[in-house]
Amino acid sequence: MALSQRDRRNGFMAGVSGFFYRHPWSKLLLLLLPAVLWLMGLYLGSIAGLLVNSFWSIEEFTGLIDRTFTLSTYRDLFEPYNRDIVLRTFFMAAAVTVACAFLAFPLAYYMARYATRRGRFVLYLAVLMPLWSSYLVRALAWRQIFARGGVLYWALGKLGLDGVLDTLVQAPVVGGSSLIASKISLFIVYMYLWLPFMILPIEAALERVPGSFLEASSDLGARPGLTFRRIVLPLAKPGLIAGSIFTFSLTLGDFILPTMFGSSEFYLGQQVFTQIGVVGNTPLAAAFTFVAMAIMIVYLTIAKRAGAFESL
Amino acid sequence: MITRDSTDAGFGLKVASTLVMIFLYFPLAIIVLYAFTTQSSSFTFPPPGLTLEWFRVAFGREDMWQAFRLSLLVASVSASMAILLGSLLAGAVYRSRFFGREALAFIIVLPIALPGIVTGIALRSTIGIVDFPPLGIWTIVIGHTTFCIVIVYNNVVARLRRMSPNVVEASADLGASGWQTFRHVILPNLATALLAGGVLAFALSFDEIIVTTFTRGSDPTLPIWIFNVLFRPRNRPVTNVVALIAVTVTIVPVLLAQMLARGSDDAGSGMGAGSGAASTTAAIPDPR
Repeated sequence: MALSQRDRRNGFMAGVSGFFYRHPWSKLLLLLLPAVLWLMGLYLGSIAGLLVNSFWSIEEFTGLIDRTFTLSTYRDLFEPYNRDIVLRTFFMAAAVTVACAFLAFPLAYYMARYATRRGRFVLYLAVLMPLWSSYLVRALAWRQIFARGGVLYWALGKLGLDGVLDTLVQAPVVGGSSLIASKISLFIVYMYLWLPFMILPIEAALERVPGSFLEASSDLGARPGLTFRRIVLPLAKPGLIAGSIFTFSLTLGDFILPTMFGSSEFYLGQQVFTQIGVVGNTPLAAAFTFVAMAIMIVYLTIAKRAGAFESL
Repeated sequence: MITRDSTDAGFGLKVASTLVMIFLYFPLAIIVLYAFTTQSSSFTFPPPGLTLEWFRVAFGREDMWQAFRLSLLVASVSASMAILLGSLLAGAVYRSRFFGREALAFIIVLPIALPGIVTGIALRSTIGIVDFPPLGIWTIVIGHTTFCIVIVYNNVVARLRRMSPNVVEASADLGASGWQTFRHVILPNLATALLAGGVLAFALSFDEIIVTTFTRGSDPTLPIWIFNVLFRPRNRPVTNVVALIAVTVTIVPVLLAQMLARGSDDAGSGMGAGSGAASTTAAIPDPR
């Protein structure tokens, strides 16, 4: 009985697979359909809906959404308050990206050039693991590090440098009423959170540079500095760009960290969150989102030209 | 830095690398340390004393366990759906040519290449318009599945590419039907890739907060719970205890999956973390 049932099932499955073999398109369609519906229909459809939303506007007195085509919401983006949000977020993302590149390079270089095969895997896991621990948790750690009387002040106090930190915190533009309430802390935490995203692609790019290139360069009389500028850096560029896509995009869209660090000045993600959640101005939130998307698309286009996609 | 015949790293490079590593792990050590501090509302260093009290308080909080269970459920369902959708997609895109294939490969990556907030508010506004499903576990799952598909997809495609086409032909030559080939040849080959992809998707979903903020109902997931108690002035070390739980739940399976994937030559594919839209698996290439 059990056997015949099994035979029947095999017979049925053989029939099905025979049908698919004779009609390869039907199989492809069946495989594609669920995910394509999900991604094209639900996801892209939602983004298209958002785009439509950004061309609507909100009526000032009633707070209702006026569903007629207008560019007024995009014009609102150029009001000083909103424009400053975009610029502030953009410069923060750029600063974080540059800082990450500088911090990531030495470790990536060490991993690619000097670590043994096994050592490299261990280092790779070590760089990867922080990424897989909740980013909220890692941000929380920095609030405890930066706290008054916390470990940073303690360490600097031992070195007699706490005065330097206080001066820095009181500096205009980057400073704030306390370390946690300053842009410096926001910057450091972003840098910390996204650093592994920069290390890994640079390491992968550097790994593909044959050691003989460097030997050839020095054989031809180039000093280490020149070899670095002319050989290592150009070959690492695709990795640098690939990493910067993440550091940039993640800073651009984040709205959690600016509530934990920095002053009351808004960043793009926060403004989107407030407009949609508190004010109910979905069109303005959508317009801000498309600023972030537009910046990323320009960035991705430049990255593609620079050949970063081939190294992805 | 690079000298003519030295294969050893320079002193400066070693120091810089070590410092970066310390920078990466020091904050995690701080989380562990303050989970044991005797202070309830400040973080002086060094801590005045150590206690296990906060573990007792944290474990006794029913609202935390509710959030924890919701996160587990969401992550399991999202990872399962991502395994289904991602592997089907991988099977279709791998070695077939059809109209729009390149565009599709690009769209798959979008949910994690674009800032998470884009996915979040786009899905939220659609759910609002359609008015279905009601905000809650299913809307969270919809959001998470969207960015988890690519994780599984990348793992499975990488494995399929490495699989010799000869084994499928051999199976057919020996008289196996298409189904039997799938069941006895392809599936066993894919098993670890599916598992690794699923675990990574689980971890990504478990920690996600940006998309979740927009798609959730009134019940918080664990990261949202942590965020909500963050600014409470009392019993602060409880947050650290819960943070440790959250980190353990994702780190341990991911570490195992990485070992497993390395064993079957897949390490590196399937990255992504951080704020929902964290990363593309394609962008963090195989490190070896």
